Amino acid sequence: MDIRVESLHKQFSGFAALHGIDLSIRSGELIALLGPSGSGKTTLLRALAGLVPIDGGRILFGERDAATLTLRERRVGFVFQHYALFKHLDVFENVAFGLRSRPRRERPAAAEIAARVDALLRRVQLGGLAGRLPDQLSGGQRQRVALARAMAIDPTVLLLDEPFGALDAKVRVELRRWLRQIHDDTGYTTVFVTHDQEEALELADRVVVLNQGRIEQVGTPDEVYRQPVSSFVFDFIGRGAQIAGQARAGQFLVDGRPVYALRSTIGDGPALLSVRPHHFEIAAPEHGLRGQVRQQRQLAGRITLDVQLEAGAQVVEVDLDALQSGLAPAVGARIGLQPVAGTVFRAAD
Amino acid sequence: MSADPALAEPAWLRRLLIALVVVAMGLLVALPLAVVIVESLAQGWQAYVAAIAEAETLAAIRLTLLVAAITVPLNAVFGIAAAWALTRYEFRGKRLLLALIDLPFAISPVVAGLVFVLLFGAQGWFGPWLAERDLQVIFALPGIVLATVFITFPFVARELIPLMAAQGRDEEEAAASLGAGGWTLFWRVTVPNIRWALLYGVLLCNARAMGEFGAVSVVSGHIRGLTNTLPLQVEILHNEFSFAAAFAVASLLTVLALLTLVLKAWLEARHGDALARSGRH
Repeated sequence: MDIRVESLHKQFSGFAALHGIDLSIRSGELIALLGPSGSGKTTLLRALAGLVPIDGGRILFGERDAATLTLRERRVGFVFQHYALFKHLDVFENVAFGLRSRPRRERPAAAEIAARVDALLRRVQLGGLAGRLPDQLSGGQRQRVALARAMAIDPTVLLLDEPFGALDAKVRVELRRWLRQIHDDTGYTTVFVTHDQEEALELADRVVVLNQGRIEQVGTPDEVYRQPVSSFVFDFIGRGAQIAGQARAGQFLVDGRPVYALRSTIGDGPALLSVRPHHFEIAAPEHGLRGQVRQQRQLAGRITLDVQLEAGAQVVEVDLDALQSGLAPAVGARIGLQPVAGTVFRAAD
Repeated sequence: MSADPALAEPAWLRRLLIALVVVAMGLLVALPLAVVIVESLAQGWQAYVAAIAEAETLAAIRLTLLVAAITVPLNAVFGIAAAWALTRYEFRGKRLLLALIDLPFAISPVVAGLVFVLLFGAQGWFGPWLAERDLQVIFALPGIVLATVFITFPFVARELIPLMAAQGRDEEEAAASLGAGGWTLFWRVTVPNIRWALLYGVLLCNARAMGEFGAVSVVSGHIRGLTNTLPLQVEILHNEFSFAAAFAVASLLTVLALLTLVLKAWLEARHGDALARSGRH
């Protein structure tokens, strides 16, 4: 189901948690709400679920205003950050809860409930654990029970709050792929909240970057990574350096020397050049940004140089492919850094 | 007993402390308990049974059971409602309310009793209004129930508030988003989560409801066979120098206390993790 959010406002005792959120979610999409803590991403998710009342604007489920729908009518599959499994019910009953809670007229027969729960448990690879209590499961297993429970009501939309936050790194990566698989198999419209940009970029069709209760950017992972619309998005989405300089006549200048040809038109004046660590090329000292190598670090498949620029004594990170390790300049060497891709923002005065 | 050696007291001090506790418990707790049992049986089984089968004593037993049967369910409901309101909603005056819940623990029971006399007694605020309608509160069952409800109010609420605050709303929100109505949510999610703590609170509430003396003494009027509860009956018998009978009735209250202790210990051992006072919450 398409979901549309229109100028959504939410106030929490004095401070605005969300101001003026506009967002369209297309049926079947996998969307990530990405932002630092306090950005309002969880509040937005909970507002979609109807778990917090909203103070302005509206949310449309298809053509219907969500304010006119009860929680039962919204049929939202919500997966809580700490799973919120019913501790006293076994895995089977947890998953069956939504079906059993339906009014008598709409409630499926016991045999049908059993069949559906079994199918869901097989789908989340928990077939043998139907009789276990939540206490007897690992974190990853609980997460999958929570997901099966949410899917049992055949949700109009699946909402997941920090779905991998409480898991260790290895399980996290596995579950991530697996969630993508489930999404592709079932076609459920899915929205998940995360503060981990890697998770958002790897998993989502589109990423919604939130900051201080506003949407900074909505786009595909590639768009927000390559074409951040603000220096906040650039900074939050990945590693990189922001270098102060001047925009003039299509060039970005540092200390009066052109170091990068602008690809978008911005007015002349103070500006920031944002460059990812792997978008620098090592050049001769007289080209590009002048600097001196301070440190060399090796990390799984790549080499990272810390280069201190002459301009402003700023230290920037430069990633080199490990294959080029023979070409890496030694610590102490004076080099030039040529940005090959970057984004220029007007400096905020 | 693997205490950090840096924090370990010298052996003599440890032994002294243990001995002190054992002696104090023996003199102050175990000895009186033994005295009650021994004295109640001092004149033999038949005297014991006769003392309890006495009409006024039987009336006191009935009244005590009746008061507990009204008070405990009321306070279980009040306790759940109070815990729900105080842990699930934000509102003005919440802290004050939290503090007020403990008032019955802090105030002398005699004062609590007096308050009800001042409100509902013949000379009290509502005295004339009640008299016009021929309703009697003080020196009658309603007064005793009111005083007992007041005194035992905190037990259930105190047990549930920290537990429900620690458990948070997640499971209830999950149930609601899965389409559960309020009733289903309460019975299938909330109650199972609080049942052991609720039972614990009910147990303590019941023990106090049956044993309360001070407040009930003020509002009861000590009408023999009518408004005497078990604790009041003990006092009357004792004042009349019927020591064996007094101890026989007292032994009933003692057995209730022991039973409560056993159930409490069982709850703590078996379901300690589901009780608010355990270390996990």
